[in-house]
Amino acid sequence: MNVTLKVWRQSNSQSKGFFSIYNVSDVSEEMSFFEMLDMLNESLVEKGEEPIAFDHDCREGICGTCGVFINGRAHGPISGITTCQLHMRRFNNGDTIIIEPWRAKAFPVIKDLVVDRTSLDRVMMSGGYVSVNTGGTPDANAIPISKVNADEAMDAASCIGCGACVATCKNSSAMLFVSAKVSQYALLPQGMIEKKIRAQNMVDSMDEEGFGNCSNTYACEAECPKEISVSHIARMNREFFKASIS
Amino acid sequence: MSWFLNFMNSSIGKKMQMAITGILLCLFLIVHVIGNLVLFAGPNAFNTYVEALSSVKPLVRSLEVVLALMFIWHIFNGVRLTIENRKATPEKYLMNKAAENSKLTSRTMGLTGSLIFIFLVTHLGTIWRLFQLEHGGGKFYDIVISGRFGFNNIYYTLIYIFAMALLGLHLRHGFQSAFQTFGWNHSKYKPLISGVAVFFWLIIPLAFMSIPIYFGLLGGGN
Repeated sequence: MNVTLKVWRQSNSQSKGFFSIYNVSDVSEEMSFFEMLDMLNESLVEKGEEPIAFDHDCREGICGTCGVFINGRAHGPISGITTCQLHMRRFNNGDTIIIEPWRAKAFPVIKDLVVDRTSLDRVMMSGGYVSVNTGGTPDANAIPISKVNADEAMDAASCIGCGACVATCKNSSAMLFVSAKVSQYALLPQGMIEKKIRAQNMVDSMDEEGFGNCSNTYACEAECPKEISVSHIARMNREFFKASIS
Repeated sequence: MSWFLNFMNSSIGKKMQMAITGILLCLFLIVHVIGNLVLFAGPNAFNTYVEALSSVKPLVRSLEVVLALMFIWHIFNGVRLTIENRKATPEKYLMNKAAENSKLTSRTMGLTGSLIFIFLVTHLGTIWRLFQLEHGGGKFYDIVISGRFGFNNIYYTLIYIFAMALLGLHLRHGFQSAFQTFGWNHSKYKPLISGVAVFFWLIIPLAFMSIPIYFGLLGGGN
């Protein structure tokens, strides 16, 4: 199949970006989206042009490194997957595919499709950990945890920090990311002890980083590759409120 | 007090102020719509009702002050959030298929809210003002159905119906959203909240609309 790509090119964070058009031919539908980009990049290098920079690492949907906006959707047209899990069979011969970097004030573009997501790291540094002494590894089942809580904490912990929630939010709010981290600890005995101060610090840090305010459109939940529920946002709202008044 | 200011200026605090003022304004709608529905009971009943309200003027005026504060707070906070959110998203996507991941009503709260605000100003400047100027004499019913700023004015009638449709869309998102903001998102209570939400986003706007439709479009009351 043949596709036409309209790709955002920007040589560095200071320069002005623009869309470049590339015609890619002989694309196999078994190729992943990134393999198609790799093929294009090889041809660009052969021609002596600068290849398209994009973030990727594991290419198996678990690391959270990749992520671009494809045809108006974070991680492309298919829900519940990262960009690296998208395959060319999802497109048709002759399609024009628009590829844009995550857009948010808190995610400045570094180059082409690569954005700086260290704002999420700084939010993690403000409280995404357990600092009380929990001792050595306890015997299995020595600490009773209900199945419901364990499952919900695990669901929250499946967040890979890719930033699709911020990218798709019309306000660039990081509430789904931050709430997943707040939830994952608040539901378990070791994390529960610091849940108030954690919610307070992580929300403060999120606000400082320049993310927008949540307006409950739930676009984040719809685009999250790990399908994390907005019920975690409700939990963070509760925890933050409790932390503020007590 | 610094903890209080910190809370009020935090992103979640601002959302909660939006939700609380919004829910209180929803409660006002119940009182307002019940009063409007008295119109169906005829001129005497409606005039008696409005005069009964006038007889407890200090109470009505104090409640009006609270109501005005709620409106100002809700609008001011909404404008502030909109400005901040615009700043957080300086660059837009060339293509953004937002319709595939969220509802239109949730993305247009600023627009529906602004249009409702314009209606509110015209509403206060017309019917509400005329009601304040009227003292006794049982003219309230006549004001409502008059051809001046009442429902015998086809433009006023259509604007009113349109504004109530916008109110419905605003509350379609706003009401349930307030509970998510309060942190009340639980599988046990979700059906209850959605059920009560229907009352606010559908039944109340329809009840408001029934009056211009009956008196304005169907020629009732003449």
